[in-house]
This record gives sequence, structure tokens and C-alpha cells, in this order.
Amino acid sequence: MAEQNTPILSTDALTKRFGGLTAVDGVSIALNEGEIVALIGPNGAGKTTFYNMVSGRMTPTSGQVLFHGSDIAGKPPHEIARAGIGRSFQITNVFNELTVRENVQVALVSHRGKSLRLFAVLGMDRALRREADEILARLGLESMAELRTGTLSYGDKRLLELAIVLAIEPEIVMLDEPTAGLTPEETRAVIELIRNLRAERPYTFFITEHDMEVVFGLAERVLVMHRGQLLATGAPEEVRQNPEVRRAYLGDEEEDSAA
Amino acid sequence: MSRRAGLITALIAVILVALWFLPAWAPYFYIFVAAEILILGLFAAGFNLVFGYTGMLSLGHAAFFGFGAYVTAMLLLHFDTPLAFALIASLAGGGLLALVIGFFCVRLTEVYFTMLTLAFGMMVFSVAQQWRSFTGGSDGITGFAVGSFGLGLDLTLGNPAVYYQLTLVIVTLAGLCLYLITISPFGLILRAMAENPERVAFTGIPVRRYRLYSFVISGAFSGLAGGLFAPFTRVASPETLHWSQSAEPVLMSILGGSATFLGPFIGSAIFVLLETWITSFTDRWMLFLGIVLALMVMYLRRGLLGTALDRLTKRG
Ligand SMILES: Nc1ncnc2c1ncn2[C@@H]1O[C@H](COP(=O)(O)OP(=O)(O)O)[C@@H](O)[C@H]1O
Ligand SMILES: [Mg+2]
Repeated sequence: MAEQNTPILSTDALTKRFGGLTAVDGVSIALNEGEIVALIGPNGAGKTTFYNMVSGRMTPTSGQVLFHGSDIAGKPPHEIARAGIGRSFQITNVFNELTVRENVQVALVSHRGKSLRLFAVLGMDRALRREADEILARLGLESMAELRTGTLSYGDKRLLELAIVLAIEPEIVMLDEPTAGLTPEETRAVIELIRNLRAERPYTFFITEHDMEVVFGLAERVLVMHRGQLLATGAPEEVRQNPEVRRAYLGDEEEDSAA
Repeated sequence: MSRRAGLITALIAVILVALWFLPAWAPYFYIFVAAEILILGLFAAGFNLVFGYTGMLSLGHAAFFGFGAYVTAMLLLHFDTPLAFALIASLAGGGLLALVIGFFCVRLTEVYFTMLTLAFGMMVFSVAQQWRSFTGGSDGITGFAVGSFGLGLDLTLGNPAVYYQLTLVIVTLAGLCLYLITISPFGLILRAMAENPERVAFTGIPVRRYRLYSFVISGAFSGLAGGLFAPFTRVASPETLHWSQSAEPVLMSILGGSATFLGPFIGSAIFVLLETWITSFTDRWMLFLGIVLALMVMYLRRGLLGTALDRLTKRG
């Protein structure tokens, strides 16, 4: 089993409290290199908070985050990004004032160590341009390279969000609800895209999703969070059959749809 | 797009040539006006690296401008330093002071950043005002003479026309340098930070440190502008350090358009020309400036140049 290898990322009793609310409650997980793991759970389960702690946006109240065995909990975002963990955001987080290509180039400039080039002309850096366009092409955004990002459709902005993450060539690609707000077709396209990206390169994908059906065909392993706690973990089918998950997670959904 | 760039370059070249020959046909008075536009334009463009490009409103930039003025004035007064070296010292001094002040300010963001720059600016002002034995108190530093330029150039800098032409060359070179920075990979990072610093951090950039870099470069160019200003007005006075002096580059950037590189220069021209013209028939210059500013903010929010370029882009 993959479980026996040293995990690339693991957390140990990771906890975040906001005042009286424990948003993430002693969650311990492990990701193996090259896996596609989905973190699912209804809205408010604590997925984004968990991501925020792993990626450095929030300092954990307690617990550890081990990346290649060393504790990165509480480190600033730029150090964690440099180390090889890239993330996207549930709420679209792109640069609307920049062109689409420039959005990707921000990440490339950083990743290629070119961010202190004061007297080089960005527009004349062929490598930066080619690389940016390659990434855009992988996401089918190449025809929009010169457009101001603010003019893009919501779906295209979600793809650009992904392009920015890929540009820093992370070992772990953390996507926080990459299909949030997309139509069913767009959602299917994004899932297909992730599958293709994974086939191209050995990324470790870590994806959150509130709708468990979306990731069932994609994820090799599923973690289920509910009210801050890790409820179950296993292969998609196992998790689907798990009565506790059905009760807690699907129960919530049924209540939602009944209401 | 590139045709437009060519057109703008040609236009700038024509303006620069016309400015170079200004002393040949314009009355002396206009040489002073033009020199002031250039120097304050450089100050505003330096300021706008932090404001327009990095998205941080500083209300303390007079500290760097005034410090640059004092550095050059003192070097000329006490050491007869060739002007070129005095100006380099003003550039370095402005950058160094910005490093010290910026070290604290970039820890804060938005209005707190702005308030802290204002506070530091006031501190620098009162030091200059109180430390009479060193700074000349409220009289400032006067009585210095501009001797040689240095670098093997033989210029009669006492001649206002020559000093003006030197100013034109230095401002053009410094402006070019600043422009290159804005179109560099570093400049892209600054523009991205202006819109969304957090997203930039998640690409691996230590945002606070890059804010400081921007602040230091901005302070250095402001210091250089101050260094040019002192021999021009023949005084380094605490007024150049006053918070109202910090407001000028803000107004100029907004008048011209803070989202464009040349906006602050255009804003400086509008500001100085309006001031010159209006004060020639009324003392209530501030009232008119207020009205112009209010109209601009209401109807031309992206500034004169910014709005013009927007229009062109929409049509072209
Ligand atoms: N910055 C914050 N301050 C206070 N409470 C928060 C904050 N972020 C999230 N929460 C709370 O933590 C809980 C988990 O939220 P979140 O992690 O966003 O869940 P999910 O991403 O699974 O929908 C929610 O009750 C939410 O209101
Ligand atoms: Mg969430």
C-alpha cells in the first residue's frame, strides 16, 4: 500500500480555534507523493481553514504540519510556496488589472528567481513569455493571453487561478474548491483537466470539494471532514459506503435539499 | 499598440527637444517654471512608484525630498562638493532615510501605513526645525554656491539657463531609469502587489520586503529631486520637509494619472502652471486648486493622461 511510504505531507493533530469555535479539531492526515487526494465535507466543515494552516495563511492553534518531514506550521506563505506547496483559492484570487499572461508571469518571475531584475524589460524576456504561454495553452487560455484579466468570464478566471499555481511548479498542488460556482459542464471540464495534468507530471493533488460526487471519479483517496474533525478516510467507494459518512455528510445534504 | 508606443516616444522626444531649446526663445521666467515642473515631476514620479505602482499611499515623502535638498545644500556649503557628487549623495541619502523609515512603515498596510509615513515625515521636519546649529532652523541652509559639476564637465551652473538644461538632462535620465524599473520583472511584481499582495505572497514573494525595496527606490529618486531643488531655489528650507510638501506628489500623481508612468510629470505641469497662472491674479490659489482637484476626482478619476489613454485604447 502507498500508506507505507514516507508521506510527502502530513499533519499531526492540527487544530484551529476561532474564539469558542474549533474550526479544525485535531486533524491528522498524510499525503503520499503523486496521489490525488480529495478533502470533502459540507460547507463549514473546516476545509479552507485546514488549507490555510497548511499553506501558511493561518498559524495553527496547535499541531504540526510536516512537509518532507520538517515542520512548516506557522511559516509565512512565501516560504511555504518556495518550498513546493502551491495553492489556489476558493474565492477567485487573480490580478484583474494585469493581462492574463502577466498573471502567470508574476508566478514565473518569482519561481525563476527573476523578481529582483530591475533593469531587464519584462516584454523582452522571451523565456518568460514562452513559458507563460505554454502554461496558458495547457489550460486552453492561450488565445486570451493579451486580455485584461478583469474582462474574463468567471470560468476562465478559475482556470487562470490554476495556471498561476502551476507556474511555480509545486510538488503539491492544493486546490480549494476549484469548481466552486462553475456549471456542471465547466466542472466536468476542470476535473478532466486535472486528470490530464496529473498524467503529464507527477504532481501530488490535494483538492477540496463540498459536493462529494464531483471528485469521486478523480480522487484516489478521499478524506472526509465534518465539523472540524476527520470522519473517515479511504478509497472513494469505501467512503461512500461508510455509514458514518452517509449519516453525517449525506445527511446534511439531504437536510439541505429538503429545506 | 506598438504604433501607439512609437507615437508616444516621438511625442516625448519632440517635447524634450523643445524643452532643451526653451532658453533660446522663452523669457527667463519660464525657464524657472519649466525647471520647477521637471524637478517636482521627478519627485512625483519617484513617489508614484510607491503610490501608483505598489499601491501604498505615503504622506511622508517630503522627508526624502527635503533630506536630499539638505544633503546637497550642506555638501555645497561646507565642502564645495562638485554638484554631480552632491546629487549622488542626495540620491543615496534619500534611499537610506527611506530604508530606515520604511523598515517600520512597511510592517503596516493601508491607512496605518499612511499614518506612519505622515508621523515619520513630521518627525524629520521637526528635527530640521529644532536642530538649529546643524540645519539652520527655520531659515534652512543658504549662502551656498554651485561651483563645478564634476565628471570633467565644464558648466557655468550659476547661469540659470545652464542649470535648467542640466536639470532637464538629469530628470530625463532619472525618469528613464525609473521607467525601466516599472517595465521590469520587478515592476510586474510591484503592480501585482498593488492589486493583491496576498496572492503574490503565495507565489513565493516576501511581500513586505518588496514593499521596502519599492519604498527605498522611491525615496532615492525623491532625494535626487530634492538635491536638484536646493541649488535651484538657493535654499534648503524646512518647508521642503513639511507635510504639505508631501501632499504635492499625491496631488500631481492624481491630477496626471497615477496608473501611467508620465502621469506625475503631467500632473506636475498642471500643478505648477496653474499655480503660476492663478497666483498672478489672485492669492486664493488653494481655492482654485481645490476646485480643479474636486472636478478631476469627480469626472476624470484616472487623471488627465490616464483618461486620455483610456479613450484612445477604447477607440483604437
Ligand atoms: N477567519 C475566520 N475567523 C473566524 N471564523 C472562521 C474564519 N474562517 C473560517 N471560520 C469558521 O470556521 C468554520 C470552518 O470554515 P471553513 O474552513 O471555511 O469551512 P469549509 O471550507 O469547509 O466550508 C466555519 O464555521 C467558519 O465560519
Ligand atoms: Mg471552504
